[in-house]
Amino acid sequence: MQKITREQLIQKASELLENGTVSAVLGWGIGEFDYDVTPTVFSTVEELRNGFVFNDFCGANFSKYLVKKTDKIEGKILVFLKPCDTYSFNQLLTEHRFDREKVYAVGIPCEGMADIAKVKAISGDGIAAIGSNGDKLTVTTLYADEPVVIAANDVLAERCINCKSKKHVAYDELMGEEGEVIESNRFDEVARLEAMTADERFAFWQNELSRCIRCNACRDACPACTCEKCVFDNPNSGVENKSPANEFEEKLFHIIRAYHVAGRCTDCGECSRVCPQNIPLHLLNRKFIKDMNDFYGEYQAGAEVGSRAPLVDYTTEDLEPGEVFDRRENNA
Amino acid sequence: MRKCSLEKINLLFKEIAKNAELYLPQDQTDGSAAYKKWEEGSVWSNALNTVRSPKDFFFPQTEDLMAFKTEGKNIEVIDTRKALDDFVIFGVRACDVKSFDILDRVFLSEPVDSFYALRRSHGVIISLACSKPSETCFCKTFGINPAEPTGDISAWKTETDIFFESNTQKGKELLEKLSALTEECDDTAVVDQKAKIDAIMQKLPLKDLKTDAFGGGKTGELFNAPEWDELSEACLGCGTCTFVCPTCQCYDIKDFNTGNGVIRFRCWDSCMYSDFTKMAHGNNRLTQKERFRQRFMHKLVYYPENNDGLFSCVGCGRCLVKCPISMNIVKVMKKIGGKKGE
Repeated sequence: MQKITREQLIQKASELLENGTVSAVLGWGIGEFDYDVTPTVFSTVEELRNGFVFNDFCGANFSKYLVKKTDKIEGKILVFLKPCDTYSFNQLLTEHRFDREKVYAVGIPCEGMADIAKVKAISGDGIAAIGSNGDKLTVTTLYADEPVVIAANDVLAERCINCKSKKHVAYDELMGEEGEVIESNRFDEVARLEAMTADERFAFWQNELSRCIRCNACRDACPACTCEKCVFDNPNSGVENKSPANEFEEKLFHIIRAYHVAGRCTDCGECSRVCPQNIPLHLLNRKFIKDMNDFYGEYQAGAEVGSRAPLVDYTTEDLEPGEVFDRRENNA
Repeated sequence: MRKCSLEKINLLFKEIAKNAELYLPQDQTDGSAAYKKWEEGSVWSNALNTVRSPKDFFFPQTEDLMAFKTEGKNIEVIDTRKALDDFVIFGVRACDVKSFDILDRVFLSEPVDSFYALRRSHGVIISLACSKPSETCFCKTFGINPAEPTGDISAWKTETDIFFESNTQKGKELLEKLSALTEECDDTAVVDQKAKIDAIMQKLPLKDLKTDAFGGGKTGELFNAPEWDELSEACLGCGTCTFVCPTCQCYDIKDFNTGNGVIRFRCWDSCMYSDFTKMAHGNNRLTQKERFRQRFMHKLVYYPENNDGLFSCVGCGRCLVKCPISMNIVKVMKKIGGKKGE
């Protein structure tokens, strides 16, 4: 399904390693199966040949890794960025979270990534191999006599169904063709929630958040969450907790996090991708993005470096808080 | 051996639920399964396993230990323990049943954890053989046979029937109560299913994973292995692996200030967290590499060292499925174990 191949990426990375442009490569490492890739740092061409992989399961957003990796490394690190990853990249630069000079960014096209849970829902469990051919995935399982052929579009990750941009907003070099910003339907689900009564909406989130196990994966994968010490990890903060002590606390954590990243969240969707309990956390962030667009004019975090987010900017055209409240009342 | 037609399975659940709370895997709105209390209309999930493991029944994520109430200069100490009724957990897979054994060695050794012991004594476990293990399953590595699940009662499900055999006095008593809904039968169908499971076990991709490189006494050899750097490189430091793990048993004890008193509770902790086992002198594991190493050394070296060689992993594969970066104990065993791990 991806237009760019593993071989092309290995060749590019090898070239840049060999000519000394970079001293390491942040890429996707091969797993036990055809879908369990691990973000990996490669230092030699041999390592790349043995362990680098690129397929429909390379969803991980590498931008956040640059905060730690650029600290450690001598010289530059090569990072491969899909279009959505470039927004996080810019946002982190806006927040001065890593040294741009230590990164060589190669933009790569993305046709959308697959969700392995969706694949298994169609193919059944017991996956032996997954092949990719054009816009089809061929899944061999331990239980089906014949391989199951699945249309790649039927197993796209939610965030890819609602892809907001095929355009790279940051790179040193671009591989493949540049795409466009897309008019996506990403706010449809938010609108559906807004149309609910307050009780229905409460029940919706009650059900979703009741599954939270407070593993913090959403926070730890989030490129907007790069505090050196999260308030929820600090025993002296008074709000630190390692598990949801009660229903209120489950919500408290997610609501505080959503507020903290408001205006900085690029809607990359990592939070929902990594959630072991499939909680649609991105909907909280999208609600804020939608509101900010409505109240203060269209704004896309990470579209450019150094932009001022609506909540930290002031213009005379800004809505008065009362007006915001009135609009909410009218919508309720 | 006794059997019950699957057509009558809800009657069977109803009968069990007459005398004890019954919990069984049920589908949630997101498509995954979780143990939920059976009620009229509940539907037993077809999922291979639940996201959260059944350790929750004996070692819940949060649990009040005691409370203090202050009034003027007086402090009242309140025992928060409640009486517990018997409960039945239905459909526990062989790997998860084994995890109880691993937890028992921690919580039922002196000093016995009375909270855990109370729950354990009230629980009856009906296990279930796995007719369709996943590619992420590797229970065999730890000597577990998914065709022979243990527990108080073992069960095997075919297309049409479910078969039961009791293993303990508790199990025998429960099966006797269900005699009106079950009938005595021979074990032909079960023997047939066991053979099929054995055959599929030979095809699992992780069937050859070995523990030879690990076990008690290996600390010196493995602690400073250079591979830990690479393995832990991408670890996010989240607690997913520890919280979905059926054998992770670490907890923290904390005080919750209620305004006029304190509730002392314990909650699961994760060695992946930066404040895990933080002490007065500071944190004893400052880097993610050290935290990451702790988790696997605990499962593969420290625990077996203290427990007659028993590893504290059951190969359920939850961490393989759920880790956001797909790093897990299988990859660790293969990398650190080198040739011995394959």
